[in-house]
Amino acid sequence: MSDILTEDEIDRIFHALADATRRDIVARTLGGDRSISGLAQSYLMSFAAVQKHVSVLERAGLVTKERRGREQLVRAVPETIRRANELLARYESLWRERAAAIENILTEEMTKGHDR
Amino acid sequence: MTVISTVRDAEHLTLTFVAEFAAPPERVWQVWEDARQLERWWGPPTWPATFDEHDLSVGSRSAYYMTGPEGEKAHGWWEIVAVDPPRGLAFDEGLSDDDGKPTADLPARVEVTLEPVSLDGDAEGTRMTTVNRFVSVEQLEQMMQMGMEEGMRLAMGQIDAILISEGVKR
Repeated sequence: MSDILTEDEIDRIFHALADATRRDIVARTLGGDRSISGLAQSYLMSFAAVQKHVSVLERAGLVTKERRGREQLVRAVPETIRRANELLARYESLWRERAAAIENILTEEMTKGHDR
Repeated sequence: MTVISTVRDAEHLTLTFVAEFAAPPERVWQVWEDARQLERWWGPPTWPATFDEHDLSVGSRSAYYMTGPEGEKAHGWWEIVAVDPPRGLAFDEGLSDDDGKPTADLPARVEVTLEPVSLDGDAEGTRMTTVNRFVSVEQLEQMMQMGMEEGMRLAMGQIDAILISEGVKR
């Protein structure tokens, strides 16, 4: 079970994704490698500013960075995003259980008193 | 009961859950308003809830605890933010320690909307939408610890399997 995220790791993921630019970087790099300079151009941001965002994403395990020649290429790591999603999936199954329990309460009453 | 849709937004830490029930909104409102009904569905199946305090009026604080399979207790609270019977309500919620002190700095927000819908044969039903906004991952983690152990183990096992199979591919 060593692949389970620790609380710290989860915090880093959600902190990383709390910023619109960083979310956009993840979205763009899911489709393939993008260079930091290319990203800087798309956001009209300095190279350093984009690099900072990329570092936050990298620490959260959401992207990886690789040097190729003069360029630094960024690539999203879909597994981490999938794991973040997994947390919400657990909450979703809780709501499914709750809705089923509400249904039981409503049905029970109908069979008890309101026979038509 | 039909689950109409669920939307998980991992980027914004939001879950939207929509289900329809074969009872009018006035009746579905009662499962929220009446503590005795609420405690029959709020906790996960293996962690039934008991509400000591519950009053759906703005500013009111609900206090409850859930009892786990080993008799252990987990305390929780709501603070009502908006009430519009039978159309909807909003509340902040979180867990608390044995003294009732919140365990996280930031609460989660739940927004509930009940809309009338007509079902087959003109019966009046209710479409219930809950929007769950998490501001603290720590709290989401905590909340998921109750009663989800088995599901979590299964889910984690699936993730492990995915990670392993993708690792092999590389």
